Amino acid sequence: MDQLINKRINEVLKGNQEAFEEIVTLFQHRLYHVCYRMLGNRQEAEDIAQEAFVRAYINIHTFDQKRKFSTWLFRIATNLCIDRIRKKKPDYYLDANVPGTEGLTMYSQIASDRELPEEEVEKMETQKRIQYEIGRLSDRYRSVIILRYIEELPLKEISEILELPLGTVKTRVHRGRAALRKQMGDL
Amino acid sequence: MNTCPEQIVHYMHAYLDGDIDHHDEQLLNEHLQQCKSCEELMDDLTDAVQFIEQAEPVQAPTGFVDGVMTRLPKEKSQAGIQRWLRGHPFLAAAAMFFVLMSASLFTSYGNDQQFSVTKQPNLIVEGETVLVPEGEVIKGDIVVKNGELRIEGEVDGNVTVIRGSKYMASTGVITGTSAEIDQAFDWLWYKIKETVKDVFNVSEREKKIEE
Repeated sequence: MDQLINKRINEVLKGNQEAFEEIVTLFQHRLYHVCYRMLGNRQEAEDIAQEAFVRAYINIHTFDQKRKFSTWLFRIATNLCIDRIRKKKPDYYLDANVPGTEGLTMYSQIASDRELPEEEVEKMETQKRIQYEIGRLSDRYRSVIILRYIEELPLKEISEILELPLGTVKTRVHRGRAALRKQMGDL
Repeated sequence: MNTCPEQIVHYMHAYLDGDIDHHDEQLLNEHLQQCKSCEELMDDLTDAVQFIEQAEPVQAPTGFVDGVMTRLPKEKSQAGIQRWLRGHPFLAAAAMFFVLMSASLFTSYGNDQQFSVTKQPNLIVEGETVLVPEGEVIKGDIVVKNGELRIEGEVDGNVTVIRGSKYMASTGVITGTSAEIDQAFDWLWYKIKETVKDVFNVSEREKKIEE
């Protein structure tokens, strides 16, 4: 597998753009899946996953072929996802009034948007509920939990993707698990 | 739960990460059998993980690959040149040198608008016209820039007129070569020839000094 990918990468380096298509085809579903779990939105996931491939193409000459290509690709994608999540937050002021309402601030909007009432969460089907619980995690725990339990990657590889020491990754997995338990235990 | 050793929670996570040693695992098991609240915590953590692990794989939409390919920057010239430059640093440097060199030569061609002439005895200069008088013999080369050269006498050497004109009277004689330069390209060629000649002359002169 790695040999085949490096062969295609060398073709891309020689200027053959077509060879990149095979790389995209090989990794499209895994990369899209990670982005979808991070962002919780299909449109955004498609946009960011495609952007990740474009960045990989542009910077392909910086990839060290002795390393694993998927690790490098996931690093680009998770960085883009985290940027997108952080950029989305301060788009509005939380205590600003919602236009057309009296005394209703963005706080109440967010609360009703992200923290659904208990009865509604219990009625959710499993797949929707999984995405809902992942979306409630802060981005530092979310990325680790997704890579560990949905991509099922070893901790060592996660530390390479996120460029964090192994100890930090372990701590985040522990706290992420504790946060999930707490979220789900509330119900 | 407050009375439980703090280590137990670490053991739980180590167990869930799959990197617990045999001794610690035994301690954990023993503790969970005695302590109801820790057993509950362990079950909750395991359930939370198992719940997330049920996530079904999500496939990229159709047309995803084509979407990436159309978003890629256009290949061809730009990337090709960059890659070539990276692969051939020496040739790139040589090309760069040539570009800068010719640029500086072209600039001097454009700026050099002033009339000038090689100093030679017997030459008569009137305004921008240089005259080789009838019956006189000029020993040496003559270069006239941005001016007119009239040859009525004899020149025992090469004559070069740069961006100007040359008139030969019926009595005029040039024993060397004669050239008129008007085009930028001619100018470049002339400059290169001169530079090479200079270098050659200098090295010859140095040889003479050594002798």
